Amino acid sequence: MRKAMVAAGTAFLVGVAGPAWACGGLIAPNGAVGLVKTATLAAYADGVEHYVTQFEFAGAGGEFGSIVPLPGVPDRVVKGGEWTLERLAIEVQPVVEFAAAGDAAASPASRDVEVLEEKRIGALDITILRGGGRAVGDWARENGFDLTPDAPEVLEFYATRSPVFMAAKFDATEAARRGLDRGEGTSIHLAIPTDDPWVPLRILALGQTGDAVVEADVFLLTERQPELLPGPAGSGAWVERDGLTLARDEQASSSLLTDLAGDRGMGWLPTEGMWLSYLQLNEEADELRYDLAIDVAGGVPSAVDAGFLGGIEERTSPPWLVAVLVGGLGLGLLLAAATQRQTRAAA
Amino acid sequence: MTRARWVLAAALVAAAGACGGDGIRTVEIGIRHSRFTPSELAVGTGETVRFVLRNDDPIHHEFILGDAEVQQIHEVGEEPHHARPGEVSVPAGETAVTTYRFGEPGALLFGCHLPGHWSYGMRGTVRIG
Repeated sequence: MRKAMVAAGTAFLVGVAGPAWACGGLIAPNGAVGLVKTATLAAYADGVEHYVTQFEFAGAGGEFGSIVPLPGVPDRVVKGGEWTLERLAIEVQPVVEFAAAGDAAASPASRDVEVLEEKRIGALDITILRGGGRAVGDWARENGFDLTPDAPEVLEFYATRSPVFMAAKFDATEAARRGLDRGEGTSIHLAIPTDDPWVPLRILALGQTGDAVVEADVFLLTERQPELLPGPAGSGAWVERDGLTLARDEQASSSLLTDLAGDRGMGWLPTEGMWLSYLQLNEEADELRYDLAIDVAGGVPSAVDAGFLGGIEERTSPPWLVAVLVGGLGLGLLLAAATQRQTRAAA
Repeated sequence: MTRARWVLAAALVAAAGACGGDGIRTVEIGIRHSRFTPSELAVGTGETVRFVLRNDDPIHHEFILGDAEVQQIHEVGEEPHHARPGEVSVPAGETAVTTYRFGEPGALLFGCHLPGHWSYGMRGTVRIG
């Protein structure tokens, strides 16, 4: 599946946006700095996944941070574009004035953490880390991140699949010194060579529990209509989530693609022949225990990438495989029970 | 909780615990993913137990043993250190020990009151008697 996906030259673009824009778990130890929104884009073409993340803030003084699980090690971390996130939001939340504008691997158990890259972009200190969940958690704590009680489990959840994370620490004092004001943000663009792109969703619920609702908008741009796991309600996928709604499912407009490709660092994006999917996430925190696996090569999205199965040995687990495994386990238990009964009868 | 489950809990504690020469039983409690294991214990009336708490998480925790009133005090308080029997801080990746003598039959609670930890479910129960 991986090679087929790359060979097809398929690209996808993912955005997390909306009223609770977020790309990673927010770690805000105090109320001095309020997160207005964070947003993330992920883009995939020719084996490279591009993330564009933007933070906006309110308040002054102090620091806060965010941790974003990544599908691989980025080979480029630079300042992101200017309007990509906003343009996508406009595309799916059309307003009157725009109506005429267009046609619509490290060991997860490892106790060591490897700092792969450190970079200052605007008021953000960006660190790319590779390590197990506990090691990354240790690093985060030692570097001033105040982790929430669910963080150990969530970090391990991701580290078993891809032990690469981006930690972003926002320095509000530095932002004030630079004259940044509320509503202004700094965007980050990461280029990540990988054969297995996926969209982190569970991390959005970090620090939230119970029936607190996590809302996000997810944009996909692919060369063909993608298969998703979990699928949105009514999609017919072998796992569906009522908390996912497919609000748009159509050929991307040339105006959208042209606008996006014209932004800084977005020249890789094809300007025609792309499929636009727009999903709205509206899930209770306790229910958001999955990510979004995507297949655009005619295969089956990976249950591992979706977070339904642990480990990294088998990335694609179609329903028949799960059925065989579950059936095999049940058969084994039945056989064991039958053997025990026969042994007792013989005795 | 049924009597059978309490008996099972007591058996688990007995299996995990060990009495030293001082007659004090040692009970090991693991902390992982902001949960105590085991979270249900049974002790005898008047028994003294040495709790050994091993924190495998990358975040700090604490162990506070007491009745509901004690738990409430700690939930709203900001006590940075714990010096009373049955109360101890457990730094990330470390092990801490506290010893407690149980009194009359009944039940006590234990838990972590760092912000958000109790409501996350980081708590347990000790049955006495």
